[in-house]
Amino acid sequence: MANTNFEKYKSDGSLAGNLLEWVDARFPATAMWRGHLSEYYAPKNFNFWYFFGSLALLVLVIQIVTGIFLVMHYKPDASLNAAGIPVAFASVEYIMRDVPWGWLVRYMHSTGASAFFIVVYLHMFRGLLYGSYRQPRELIWVFGVLIFLMLMAEAFFGYLLPWGQMSFWGAQVIVNLFGAIPLIGEPLSIWVRGDFVIGDATLNRFFSFHVIAIPLVLIGLVAAHILALHEVGSNNPDGVEIKKKKDENGIPLDGIPFHPYYTVKDIVGVVVFLMAFSLVVFFAPEGGGYFLEYNNFYPADPLKTPPHIAPVWYFTPYYSVLRAMVWNFFGLDAKFWGVVAMGASVVIFAFLPWLDRSPVKSIRYRGPIYKSFLTAFIISFFILGYLGTQAPSYWGEKISQVCTVIYFAFFLLMPWYSKIDKYKPEPERVTWK
Amino acid sequence: MRNLKTLLAALLLAPTLALAAGASIHLDKAPDVSGDKAALQNGAKLFVNYCLNCHGASQLRYNKLLELGLTEQQVKDNLMFTSDKIGDQMLISMRPAEAKKWFGAAPPDLTLIARARASAAGSGADWLYTYLRTFYRDDKRATGWNNLAFENVGMPHVLYELQGEQVMGEDHKLKLAVPGKLSPAEYDKQVADLVGFLVWMGEPQAGLRKQLGIAVLVFLSILFVLSYALKKEYWKDIH
Repeated sequence: MANTNFEKYKSDGSLAGNLLEWVDARFPATAMWRGHLSEYYAPKNFNFWYFFGSLALLVLVIQIVTGIFLVMHYKPDASLNAAGIPVAFASVEYIMRDVPWGWLVRYMHSTGASAFFIVVYLHMFRGLLYGSYRQPRELIWVFGVLIFLMLMAEAFFGYLLPWGQMSFWGAQVIVNLFGAIPLIGEPLSIWVRGDFVIGDATLNRFFSFHVIAIPLVLIGLVAAHILALHEVGSNNPDGVEIKKKKDENGIPLDGIPFHPYYTVKDIVGVVVFLMAFSLVVFFAPEGGGYFLEYNNFYPADPLKTPPHIAPVWYFTPYYSVLRAMVWNFFGLDAKFWGVVAMGASVVIFAFLPWLDRSPVKSIRYRGPIYKSFLTAFIISFFILGYLGTQAPSYWGEKISQVCTVIYFAFFLLMPWYSKIDKYKPEPERVTWK
Repeated sequence: MRNLKTLLAALLLAPTLALAAGASIHLDKAPDVSGDKAALQNGAKLFVNYCLNCHGASQLRYNKLLELGLTEQQVKDNLMFTSDKIGDQMLISMRPAEAKKWFGAAPPDLTLIARARASAAGSGADWLYTYLRTFYRDDKRATGWNNLAFENVGMPHVLYELQGEQVMGEDHKLKLAVPGKLSPAEYDKQVADLVGFLVWMGEPQAGLRKQLGIAVLVFLSILFVLSYALKKEYWKDIH
């Protein structure tokens, strides 16, 4: 796709034509346009689930642009102002009240964080539905898992910046987790914080990671994700390779140029997404206490521990997995195993391409066993997410342990159940369902 | 099998149990006065007279009050006791360290209190409306006051002149022992205005936000029709 040798642009003699010829002789402008857009052939049968890749890119742009403007007025400073309010906390409210349109930019950014996870979770679910991680798309998937990891880091660092009670205590809980690692744990958590407690040093380094380090890595990974996709071509809801059937010009029979067909289609998706996004930004920016936690409207107070510390909703499934581990194995603290399980529950996604042994990719042609496991996995994921928002309880703990087992069973038993499952024959060509 | 049944029962009950644990007291619904400028002006007056001595509103500038329909002169003459510049923030002269010595805890800044007090039990307005109406006499407290919504609160009942003195009855319900200047209904109205002002103060641009939201959605709806027609036109040859 991207590597085919497109001819250099030849000028028609006009000024614009001459300029493009000059550029094209020095930079692969035409080749990039044709390879990635006008002559990138995507399957024609993309359905609803295929909107979320381009939407994730849109949210990334929203976050970067709003973030640039927020940084112009935000101050990563934990010291108290004359009224006894931390400067960082006050600067956020300054943006909300005194900076023209600051409230809109800030709500777009805070809503964008949750929107990012919603579209990325749906994008990942699409991958599970249609086997988009299977050969030859393993690297696309691995880059995707890395993007997801970086996104979690970005959200975590960013959440400290408003310097409210939940910012402070959430960071406190998570950084303390490093303390559970044997031997190096305690010095490691001090090194991460830059202090014995979450303080000004922590705030400043988290700010630095949030606005420079992680976004740089994120953009690089997104570029790699898309380059890898355009190298092998997109999967589709039928999970069959469109490149197997080509016409006399070498164009896949079931492929259509990404531009203009999917650009115009994605615009519709973008508009619908923006409507849902606007409903939150303009009418419910707190998202019922899930997008902006109520407790975070109190400035951070290191001397006052909130009775209930809950992470933001997009972390709660993993937080539940962490809390589900209550046993001290091999003389190591349960908290350590919780950290291991939490890390594993994210990283295990990366191994999917090698765990799945099914002869078909798409759920349309898979058998009942995979469908049951996938359903149980999704239900467990939601229950874990709900329990993560709640205060610890006896039954909450038991249920989260059951769900954690189901969560891991989906992955670890896959080599077995994907092999023995029944499946229907795949069609030769893509279908419209 | 029995374990499985218990587990299923627990799964079904989990949300209700969690809610029950969160709400220790039933919150009264605060009347919505957000569209009533006179009520909000009255709330501003009550806030400045009764709250702004110990609590600051450090993120609110006096000139923001002009958005409630007041003139600059009205604000200067009636509401500005701590400052003489209309662009200044509503600060108090009590220092946090001293306040802590006197009250045990520094009275919190109230700019965002209506947003911070929201919970699964009710909105921040509901909590404040309940809180300001459920002070009662308690000799065990240093201030002589306790509160239903905020157990062992450090603040005395600042509005007791208006409400009078409530006591805890045998049936665990509050009774008005000493009437105040206002009848209970009048007092509730004053508290509703004050709470309305606190809500407005938490996000003064909330009204503009919703107005703009409608315009944005109208624009996007039109854009949707156009973009959908564009897509249909391009895709009509794809089968």
